[in-house]
Amino acid sequence: MSPAVPDKRLRQLVTPEGVALSFRIASRSARAGALMLDIVLLTVIGIVVTIALFSLLGTLGEPGEGADPSGAGEFLVVLWTLFWFLLWNGYFMLMELGPRGATFGKRVVGIRVAARDGGRLTAEAVLARNLLRDIELFMPLVLLMVAPSGDAGNAGFAAAGWFLVFMLFPFFNRDGLRAGDLVAGTWVVEAPRTRLAQALSTQGAMRDHASDVTGAAYRFGEAELSVYGEHELQTLERVLREGRPDALAAVHEAICRKIGWEPGAGDERAFLEAFYAQLRARLEGGMRFGKRKKDKFDDR
Amino acid sequence: MKAPMLSALLGRGKVAAPPADVAQAALRSDRFRLEREGEWARLEAILDRIEKGRLRGMSDEDVMALPVLYRTAASSLAVARETSLDAATLAYLEALVQRAWFQVYGPREGMVAWLRRFLGGDLSRAVREVWLDSCIALFVMVMGAVAGWLLVARDQDWYFALVPTQFADTRVPGASREALLETLKVEEQAGGLSAFAAYLFQNNAGVAILAFALGFAFGVPTLMLLAQNMAILGAMLWLYHDAGLLWPFLAWLGVHGTTELFAILLAGAAGLHIGRTMAFPGQRSVMAAAAEAGQRGAQVMAGVVLMLMFAAVLEAFPRQLAGTEARAIIGLFMLAMWLAYFYAFRGRDRTGAA
Repeated sequence: MSPAVPDKRLRQLVTPEGVALSFRIASRSARAGALMLDIVLLTVIGIVVTIALFSLLGTLGEPGEGADPSGAGEFLVVLWTLFWFLLWNGYFMLMELGPRGATFGKRVVGIRVAARDGGRLTAEAVLARNLLRDIELFMPLVLLMVAPSGDAGNAGFAAAGWFLVFMLFPFFNRDGLRAGDLVAGTWVVEAPRTRLAQALSTQGAMRDHASDVTGAAYRFGEAELSVYGEHELQTLERVLREGRPDALAAVHEAICRKIGWEPGAGDERAFLEAFYAQLRARLEGGMRFGKRKKDKFDDR
Repeated sequence: MKAPMLSALLGRGKVAAPPADVAQAALRSDRFRLEREGEWARLEAILDRIEKGRLRGMSDEDVMALPVLYRTAASSLAVARETSLDAATLAYLEALVQRAWFQVYGPREGMVAWLRRFLGGDLSRAVREVWLDSCIALFVMVMGAVAGWLLVARDQDWYFALVPTQFADTRVPGASREALLETLKVEEQAGGLSAFAAYLFQNNAGVAILAFALGFAFGVPTLMLLAQNMAILGAMLWLYHDAGLLWPFLAWLGVHGTTELFAILLAGAAGLHIGRTMAFPGQRSVMAAAAEAGQRGAQVMAGVVLMLMFAAVLEAFPRQLAGTEARAIIGLFMLAMWLAYFYAFRGRDRTGAA
């Protein structure tokens, strides 16, 4: 969020309304976490259903154990085989085709799949990106487990290395695309869901221009307000919203020192609210005339 | 602010701020925000419903309001970026407009609509579009089978090198005609066959997906996989030919084999298509070319999975229960049907649709 460092994961897209919409590429760790959650979920579902079906099979198969599988038992085996296939292949596709464009794991970490060109996320694209999961994930894992035993000989090592290229594919491009994303024309972006926080200037010392505690009205002059820029303002906003007393006190002291006031105690919040409101009014006033002060090192 | 963190994380957050008096706000940018936040909240409520998939209970007004509210929010965002320094409001608006954008510009079609479009022409078109790759795959498969046959004909030890042990039970060089005939016999009853069909489907679909996915590596591993599998077939063809059972074996194989081999051919072709397009993207960028080929390949693959379901049912029932003539007729009929569906059926022309 800090304006000083350009965000490497930020991508801009201009909507037909002419509004630049920014997307942040999901971090690789978030995606790995989402995948692990999904795998755990699928494994648990798979095991539960398997146990349920087997216990059902147990109750069915009592009398005629052995020779001929009964019709119902066979039906259960068919069901189980198809269920297994659908679970591991269908889950990702169905979930990503839904309105959230994300599996449960992706939802938890707050990311979603989107079309790279900003268009519609089509069924074909979701299909393509998930069909490649086999060679990207499951085959390398199997080969990695087999290769060290030496059963498959040198070919095993070669294959393991070869598949590792696919597995590590997201680390070799700037958008964090895995092979499936590349082939499907998709990428995975952050899908933040933030709540609208309280408007700060309707409360406390910003509204009444005076402290609730002491009744003192803080007024800052041009020279005092021109010390800080937007970056400091937004840091102050965060501190005010979080409202931790020790942070408030520390920031209060820092600001007082900077603008040459004598730091008092007990009325930090009112002081900071007043300072925030007046600093923001000043900076926003400047913005309206096209003058922006990025941070305290900015000389405008 | 600590307590609502969890609900915000789970995305259940509603607007926390009660509607405050606009006149109370000391800052102009906060007044701007307070005047509009009712509309933002309404947009958010509509988005919540859409994202949860609860479209049924939505009123017409809400559906009509979505694009309007989206544009309002987008213009609010544009204004706020230039006039407001309230980081929390900006972050909220960015997220809200992004969410709305996905719903407004990314209307999804239902599974049924997609299936209808898919079966009603898109699948056939995708298969036709990979014709060159299909030809290459066919060539490689035929060469693989011929190579398998010739190798085993020259030196029978090759049979054991080519054919995995699971197939080489009684079907080994030197086996008697009777033993080979036994493997082609008609089953008396259908018990156990549907489980067999389900297993076959899962197994074959796995192989087909692998053939497709390997195409990503410029198609070379796909071709190797195809050639190797067809070499096994070639070796077995020689074995039955040697015992004078070539035609019964072909009928036995063909009943499902025409569908199954065709499906595997298409899976290989789809994979090859991706690999070939990435190696020779033409005028487009590699990324764009790969994405286009990948989506086309995915359509073909959805068709392949469908074909493999047919193949598994055919393999389990008609193959085990029907005689040689019936097997041959079913196999040829299926082949003709697939060819007609893929190459003659045009469906509705939708050249404009992406």
